[in-house]
Amino acid sequence: MLAAAASTARDLDVAEECAQEAFATAFEAWSRDGIPDNPGAWLSTVAKRRAVDVIRREVTLRTKLPLLVEHNVTVTDDDRGELIDTDSKDTMKDERLRLIFLCCHPALAPEAQMALTLRLVCGMSTEDIARLFLVSETTMGARLTRAKQKISTARIPLRMPSEAEMPDRLRAVLGVIYLLFTTGHTATTGTSLMRPELVDEAMHLTHVLQELMPDEREVRGLLALLLVTDARRSTRVGVDGELIRLDEQDRSQWDALAIARASDLVEEGLRATQPGRYVLQAAIALVHAQATTYDDTNWREIVRLYDVLLVSWPSPIVALNRAVAVSMVDGPAAALALVEELEIDVRLKDYHYVPAIKADLLRRLSRDDEALKESNRALELTRNDTEREFLAAQMRERASDV
Amino acid sequence: MAEYAILLYAPVLDHHEDDGGAARAEHEQHSEDLQHAGTMVAAFALEPHTMSTSIRGDVITDGPFLETKEVIAGFCIIEATDLDAALAIAKTNPICHQGGGVEVRPVEDWVIPTRHAHQH
Repeated sequence: MLAAAASTARDLDVAEECAQEAFATAFEAWSRDGIPDNPGAWLSTVAKRRAVDVIRREVTLRTKLPLLVEHNVTVTDDDRGELIDTDSKDTMKDERLRLIFLCCHPALAPEAQMALTLRLVCGMSTEDIARLFLVSETTMGARLTRAKQKISTARIPLRMPSEAEMPDRLRAVLGVIYLLFTTGHTATTGTSLMRPELVDEAMHLTHVLQELMPDEREVRGLLALLLVTDARRSTRVGVDGELIRLDEQDRSQWDALAIARASDLVEEGLRATQPGRYVLQAAIALVHAQATTYDDTNWREIVRLYDVLLVSWPSPIVALNRAVAVSMVDGPAAALALVEELEIDVRLKDYHYVPAIKADLLRRLSRDDEALKESNRALELTRNDTEREFLAAQMRERASDV
Repeated sequence: MAEYAILLYAPVLDHHEDDGGAARAEHEQHSEDLQHAGTMVAAFALEPHTMSTSIRGDVITDGPFLETKEVIAGFCIIEATDLDAALAIAKTNPICHQGGGVEVRPVEDWVIPTRHAHQH
């Protein structure tokens, strides 16, 4: 799946940003922004993972490259005359962190980042990783070898990012973890919707990271996001493997404890002057999770949170997701106007949610012929079988109404 | 210490930008900065891609080797301890905010022979 997605991504001609975040946003948008009328509602419930596509498209825009720092400082720093802490517990912590930052270095391809992290940080066998990413063991072995060769030949250093580099590098790590999580939740190609082992590894990694970096709000933000997303795990897919829309999910099945825990983490995170991306995405997800029924969802609050998110993350995908929320507050016409402005952005060229959202908005405006055209476009661009079947079923249903 | 090549890419434009030499001045300043810092090994600015001639097998054609939207505008070789250091330097190249970008590739082997001035 990942290999297929990666080769697909290479075809995308788009400016690139932090794919992981975009991935996260897309995921969140579609799991929480329920669109009430028929066609659109599915959008909100499906954890879409065009991660690798988005990563490819997003990666170069994002890079804020690290400043020069000392390379592999060992025991003493002669200039400062200090003894670097050699307490074994801290050293081990530092080593683990350095390894995580190495595996998630932006110079490595996203699929390599994920594979390396699972292999070196989680200690998963090459065979198991291959299985989780639906490739042969040979392919995964080659992928790992190439990544290690790049690290060695290009001299990707094993070091803690400096204070200046930290925000971007940490975001890269969080992105990899989130990518693992969402890969586990949906496959962009392939037939099944969830792989729980990936989800579990991602959760485990986040806890490890939280332990190693207890002061980082964004780590807690990611944890909150994973908790609230996973809280709905049992209700996203039906008995026959079909997608269930957000407005139809049985909220009593949602893990209230996980949601409450996420809420505490987010509350603290929102106290920052400019809350981080993961904190805000988690906050948005919580607005959904805490609504007793779909109709009680506080869409105004969601729009407000998106406004804040766009300040530090002016991504067209975030703006697109905001437009969906706007449709719930100001109506479909206002939202359609926003989407039409956004779709000019080359970064959204092959993003199948654009026509899918347009289809829903047009349908709500009773412009059915145009809606159908957009649905077809979305279908063409969708790669996940379960999603495709959902979309196709929706279209059949609509066709029979006409 | 390792050497890295920084390949500068600029978009192919239909029109010629006349900025009064501002872009060029930035590159000259950047080159001076790198020389000052001791990180520069060599740097080359190439004439526009329209001046290129390519050879494939026996065939000679006008223009760059690859038909792409962005073409190589120049390249330099720098010295850096590791990739992070090299990326930090590459990122400051003016081409990055002039609509182009850079590729950073480790140098496997290099030679700059000493050249003597020709005497006529």
